[in-house]
Amino acid sequence: MYQQNIAALAKQLRSKDISSVELTQSFLSRIKDVDPSLNSFISVTEDTALNTAAEADKLIASGNAGPLTGIPIAHKDLFCTNGILTTCGSKMLHNFIPPYESTVTSRLKQAGTVLLGKTNMDEFAMGSSNENSYYGAVKNPWDTTKVPGGSSGGSAAAVAAGLVVAATGTDTGGSIRQPASFCGITGLKPTYGRVSRFGMVAFASSLDQAGPMARSAEDCAYIMNAIAGFDTQDSTSSEQATDDYVDTLSQPLQGLKIGLPKEYFDSTLNDDIKNTLMTAIKEFEKLGATIKEISLPNLKLSIPSYYVIAPSEASSNLSRFDGVRYGHRCENPKDLLDMYMRSRAEGFGQEVQKRIMVGTYALSEGYYDAYYLKAQRIRRLIKQDFVNALAEVDVIMGPVAPTTAFDIGSKTNDPVAMYLEDIYTLSVNLAGIPAMSVPAGFDNGMPVGLQIMGNYFAEAKLLNIAHQYQQVTDWHLQNPNLAKGA
Amino acid sequence: MNWEVVIGLEIHAQLSTKSKLFSGAAVGFGAEPNTQTTLVDLGMPGALPVFNKEALRMAVMFGHAVNAEIGMTSIFARKNYFYPDLPKGYQTSQMDDPIVGKGALDITLEDGTVRRIGITRAHLEEDAGKSLHEDFQGMTGIDLNRSSTPLLEIVSEPDIRSAKEAVAYVKMIHSIVTYLGICDGNMAEGSMRCDINLSLRPKGQSEYGTRTEIKNVNSFRFIEKAIYTEIERQADILEDGGKIVQETRLYDPDKNETRSMRSKEDANDYRYFPCPDLLPVELTEEYVEAIRQNLPELPTQKAARFIEQYKLSDYDAGVLSASRSMADYFETLVNKTKDAKLSANWVMGELSKLLNQSQLEIVNSPVSADSFAELLIRIQDNTINGKTAKDVLQSMWDGEGSADEIIEKKGLVQVTDTAAIEAMVQSVIDANSAQVEQFRASEPDKQKKMIGFFMGQVMKASQGKANPGLVTPILQKLLQG
Repeated sequence: MYQQNIAALAKQLRSKDISSVELTQSFLSRIKDVDPSLNSFISVTEDTALNTAAEADKLIASGNAGPLTGIPIAHKDLFCTNGILTTCGSKMLHNFIPPYESTVTSRLKQAGTVLLGKTNMDEFAMGSSNENSYYGAVKNPWDTTKVPGGSSGGSAAAVAAGLVVAATGTDTGGSIRQPASFCGITGLKPTYGRVSRFGMVAFASSLDQAGPMARSAEDCAYIMNAIAGFDTQDSTSSEQATDDYVDTLSQPLQGLKIGLPKEYFDSTLNDDIKNTLMTAIKEFEKLGATIKEISLPNLKLSIPSYYVIAPSEASSNLSRFDGVRYGHRCENPKDLLDMYMRSRAEGFGQEVQKRIMVGTYALSEGYYDAYYLKAQRIRRLIKQDFVNALAEVDVIMGPVAPTTAFDIGSKTNDPVAMYLEDIYTLSVNLAGIPAMSVPAGFDNGMPVGLQIMGNYFAEAKLLNIAHQYQQVTDWHLQNPNLAKGA
Repeated sequence: MNWEVVIGLEIHAQLSTKSKLFSGAAVGFGAEPNTQTTLVDLGMPGALPVFNKEALRMAVMFGHAVNAEIGMTSIFARKNYFYPDLPKGYQTSQMDDPIVGKGALDITLEDGTVRRIGITRAHLEEDAGKSLHEDFQGMTGIDLNRSSTPLLEIVSEPDIRSAKEAVAYVKMIHSIVTYLGICDGNMAEGSMRCDINLSLRPKGQSEYGTRTEIKNVNSFRFIEKAIYTEIERQADILEDGGKIVQETRLYDPDKNETRSMRSKEDANDYRYFPCPDLLPVELTEEYVEAIRQNLPELPTQKAARFIEQYKLSDYDAGVLSASRSMADYFETLVNKTKDAKLSANWVMGELSKLLNQSQLEIVNSPVSADSFAELLIRIQDNTINGKTAKDVLQSMWDGEGSADEIIEKKGLVQVTDTAAIEAMVQSVIDANSAQVEQFRASEPDKQKKMIGFFMGQVMKASQGKANPGLVTPILQKLLQG
C-alpha cells in the first residue's frame, strides 16, 4: 500500500476497497514505526488528519471526489498552515502557529488531500544535507548513516520511506531536486512564478519556488494540477495559463531533442554517476529522442552569483524575525538592542547566521556594486546561456549532484564542499526555468537522479518526458530496506 | 557675515487610497490599535506585498501637476533597518528608479514675485507603524494600523532661500495634492509631514555649506519657526568660527528650538536593493496620457479662470483658489446667487473670520455652502440687510437652524413698507428737533455727514430691520421739511 501511486489509491478509494480514514491510519502508524529512525517529520497532525480523512470519505461517497481526495501527504515545514505549528526547522519559530494558510497548502486542502504532518528541513531552507535543523538531522532511508539531501530532506525521506504518498518541497538552489536524487524519488522545481509563494516563509524571494516530491512523475503531475497557477496574493506569480499536467503525460517522445551540456559531464562529475546517467540517456534515444552536445559556459559562475544573491535576499527576508511580534524572544531583555541581538543569536542556527552576515555584507554601502550588482549581471549571463541552449534543444539533461548521498557529518566542517553540492542545480534557479530530478539508477546502493531542465513554463513537457522514461524503467519503483516496518 | 540660506524640503504626503500600499487593509486615522492590519502589514512570515494600483495613479497625477518626467519603469527597493514598529525589518520604498522624476513648480511670494522651485523626484513608499509609550509600564506598545499606508515623498531641489519661500512652497504642494484629491492635506493628523534640509553659506559662495535635516515638522507655522531657529543656531555657530555637524535634528515647538537626534556617524546603512517580491512597475504611454487628460483644474489655472470668469481681483482669485474646498465653496455660492462679488466678499470676510476663530478648515464649516447661499439670497431679495445677515450667520454657525428659520423665528424680516418707514422716520425727527434744526441750517456737504446720525436712530428704532435703501430717500425728504 505504501508504494502505490495516487491513481491506484484514488481508484481503491472510489471503489471503497479502502477508506481514506483507513489509509490515513495506516500511514500514521507507519510514521510511528519508521520515523524515529529517520526524523523526517517535525509535527505529525494525527487528529486533523483523521478528521480530514473522514471528510474525504464523505466526499468520495457523494461522488464528488477529485483525484487527490483522501490522499495522505505532508508539507515541508515552511508552508504556513492555519493553526498548525510551522517552524522552518528553526528555534526562531519553535512556537509559531500561523493564523493563515499558504496558497500551496490551501489548494491541496481544497483538492481533498489529507495532511499527515510537517516535514523536517534545513533551517529556513538553508542547506544541502538536512543537518541544519533545530529538530535534528534527517536520515536517508536507503542508508541511515547518510544524509537525505536538503533542504527538503524531510519530504524526500518521508516519500522514499513510504510514510506519505507525496509531499511538498521548495527549491531555492536545488532543495527539491537534490534530496529527490539522494532519496530516489521524483521531484519537480517549477518555473519561477508558476506556483504561488504566498504563505511560504521566504528564503530568497527571487529564487524560491515550491513544487511536488513524489515517487513518480505522474504523481507529481497530480500535485501540480492542484498547486500551479496565478495567485493574486503573489505579485511574482505568473498569469500564464496552466496545462493539465496529467493529460499530457502520455505524449510520445519521438523527435525530442535532448541537450547534454559538456560542462555538466566534465571531470568534476563522479564516473559512476556519469555512467549511470549515460545509460539513462540511452533509454531516451530508444524512445526516439536525439542527443546533442551543448554548452552552458557560465555554469561555474553560478555558485558565486547564487551565494551573493540568495544570502542578500535572505538577510532582508529574515529581518522580520526580531522577537517583537512572534517567534523566539530572549529572556529578560535589557533594552531593545539586547532583545534584537539575543533573540536572533539564540533563535537562528549557525548556517542561517552565516548567510545573514554574508548577505548584509554584500548589500552594504561600498560593496553593493562589487557583489550584488555583479552577481545580478552574472545571473543575466546564466539565464542567457539557457535561453540560447533551449533555442537549439527541447530539454537539457545532466546530473543533479556531483555525488550520491554522503555520510552524515562528512561535510559539516567544509562549507565550500557543501556549497559545491549545488553546482548543477543553482543555475536553474538563477535562470528561473523548471527542472526535475528523476530516479535513474544506483551507485553503491545509493540512488542517482537525472536532472531534466526545460524552457519557461514547460512543466508539462518535463513531466511527460519523465513519465515516458518511468514507463520503460523501474528505478522509481525501488524501495529502501528499512530497519523496521518496511 | 551676510549668510545665504539654502533649503531643500522632503514632503511626505499620505495618499488618500482606500486601502494600503501593499495590502487590502483599510487606511484610516484613529482606529483601535492593530485593527486595520493584514498579514502583510504585520510582517507575518510568508506574507507578500501586492501593489495598490490606485497609489500608482495618484503618483502619476502628481507628476503631471508639477510637469515632471514620469518614470515609465519604476522599481520598489527595500530600505533595511530594525525598528519595533517596522514589522518586516525593511521599508518598501523607491531608490534608483522613482515613479516621478524631475519637475518644477512656481510659487508666488507675498510681494508678488514668482520663484520657480525644482522638484528632484517623488517616490512611493510605505509608512511604518507607531510605537506607543504611554499606558504600557516599562514596555512599549506597537500599533501597526499605519504600517504600509501609502506615502508620496516629494523631494525638492535646494532652491529655497527663506522661511517664507519654504512655507509658500509647502502651501503650494498642499494645494496641489488636495486639488488632485490624492491627499487630504490634514497636517495635524500627519497626512502631510515635512523634513527640512538647511545649510548656510556666505552670500556669493557657490558651494553649499554643511546641512542639517529637521525631521517631521507638521504645520506651516512650525516649518517657518523651525527654519528661523535653525538659521539662527547655524549662524551663531559659524560666526563663532565653529563647524556645523551633519546630523538629523528634531524641532520642539514648545521650546522653539531644534535638538540633535542622531549624527551622520550613527546613521544606518540602509542596504537598499530592489524588492524581489514586487515586479518593476511598467507604464504605457496610453496610461500616462489618460491620466494627464483627466487631470482636474489646478490652483493656478483656477485662479486665472476666476479672474476671467468672475472678474475677481488677482488677490481675491488667489485667496479663493488656494484650496480646492475653498474654491468649491465659493463656486457653489456663485452658482446659486449669480453674484461673484457678493459671494467673494462673504467667503473672504465673515466666513473666514468665523473659521479662523474656531480654527476650522472650510470643509469642516458648520454652515454648508448650500445653506450659506440661502442666506445671501435673502440679502439679494431684500428680506434682510447685510448687518442682520451677519447676526443670522452667527446663529447658523451656532446651529440654530437655516437662514429662513432664524429670520422667521427672530422676526428679522426687513421692513420694506414705506408707510411704516415714513412713520418711523417722522418719530425720529420729532424726537430730535434740535438736531433737525441744526441739519436744516447746515451746508449740503455737512448735511451728508449728519444724515448718518438720523439713519442710526431709524435703524435703532426699527431694531435693525428697516431697509436702509428705503430709509435714505425718506429721511432726506422729511429732513428737508
